[in-house]
Amino acid sequence: MEYKNPTNPPIAQPINWFAFASPSRFYQLSQKIILLCWILFLITATAGLILGLLFAPTDAVQGDSYRIIYIHVPAAWMSMILYLAMAFWASIGLIFNARLAYRFAISIAPTGALMTFIALWTGALWGKPTWGTWWVWDARLTSELILLFLYIGYLSLYYSIHDERKAAKASSLLAIVGAVNVPIIYFSVKWWNTLHQGATITVSKAPSIEQTMLIALLLMTAAFWLYAFAVIFTRVNQRSLIDESHTDWVQQILRGRGQA
Amino acid sequence: MTGQLSTIEVMQTVFLRDLHLAIKQKTDTLGAVFFFALVASLFPLAIGSELLLLKQIAPGIIWVSALLASMLSMNRLYTNDFNDGTLEQLTLSACPLEFIVLAKILAHWTTTGFVLLLLSPILAIQFDLSPLAISTLMLTLLIGTPVLSFLGSIGAALSLGLQSAGALISLMILPLLIPILILGTLAVDAASTNMPFSVYLYLLLALSVLASFFGPLASAFALRIAQE
Repeated sequence: MEYKNPTNPPIAQPINWFAFASPSRFYQLSQKIILLCWILFLITATAGLILGLLFAPTDAVQGDSYRIIYIHVPAAWMSMILYLAMAFWASIGLIFNARLAYRFAISIAPTGALMTFIALWTGALWGKPTWGTWWVWDARLTSELILLFLYIGYLSLYYSIHDERKAAKASSLLAIVGAVNVPIIYFSVKWWNTLHQGATITVSKAPSIEQTMLIALLLMTAAFWLYAFAVIFTRVNQRSLIDESHTDWVQQILRGRGQA
Repeated sequence: MTGQLSTIEVMQTVFLRDLHLAIKQKTDTLGAVFFFALVASLFPLAIGSELLLLKQIAPGIIWVSALLASMLSMNRLYTNDFNDGTLEQLTLSACPLEFIVLAKILAHWTTTGFVLLLLSPILAIQFDLSPLAISTLMLTLLIGTPVLSFLGSIGAALSLGLQSAGALISLMILPLLIPILILGTLAVDAASTNMPFSVYLYLLLALSVLASFFGPLASAFALRIAQE
């Protein structure tokens, strides 16, 4: 790909969709976004937690233990979305052989695994007072557990291969194979749960949710998104700096840091 | 030069070669089979000899043992050929790598999955399964074990040349095999309680067809990455 000088950007030209596929340009842009994400994360997380823990009404059935949903639900959502995002960037990486896309895929994985773990952990903490047991072989819980194994398999493959390019390609293929399998796994676990065990306790929510609860939940979801963006972009940039330490733009940045 | 050979002839040659190799390397081939029998026999020792309980969990035990045994045997699918340079020659040959991989997977299944299938009724008798349940178990293994080889082949190709390939293959592939495990055991469970079970067999067959198409494709892709 031809190198475009970042100090002299083309103006009034048709949109170049690959402009930010260049690690140096992405670095410039994302460093500002990361800071913004952290600030907004602090605001939304503080507001969400205060609203959720102090102002939202107590649940009629579950008491105060329901309040863990402000962590649990966003984490569970993120765990699934991040797996899809990881598979998406993995396929973009393989199709266009784009190094930044590979870096995105591998940078998403640890956060995805962490979210899956948080979802399982908070789920267990919520299950003990509500269901009287830490763990139930419910379809959703089981799928989430399998998702954690998928993340771990992907990460172990990536870190087992020492050649950076090979590791990126091989783990990307595994991410895609995994993503294709996710719906099959989900439905088979659902059948297994309904046919194997008879009726178990389901994770059904109250049909209507209180206004304050909803706002707090939305704020926390935004906070989780912002956190994920900040952490993933940071990880991508760190990878770029390490992998391209021989290039001019990295040298310039490092020199700039030395002076500051 | 393989230029004169048609794709079918190359596949036949590779298939027969792998079969010969598997028969010569008895410890590898029989190892997985005895591992299968051993793991299945450990469960009664751990759980107790109560036949009613064992009868209930037998399909699950036999299927889990088959899963573990085939993952254990997966490592040898490409490793030897990779180490002695054969795999490189196969990759460079005029015959598409996907077809060569297909032949190798089929040879691997014949020497593991198929042998497990032949052994399974003996284990099933130990667990006091009914004749209908035993025949259903064999049918599910006949349809399901090729998937273990097809998906396991992807794992073997991805972890080619790595130190910890054995554990890694299981870690990567076992979560993907959960649907096969579920459908296989559901079918046998249904058969042993005289419920209709054909729907599980159809679903298993559908997954088997999908895996037989995508397995060789993904494996060949992974083998090319590993040999770059």
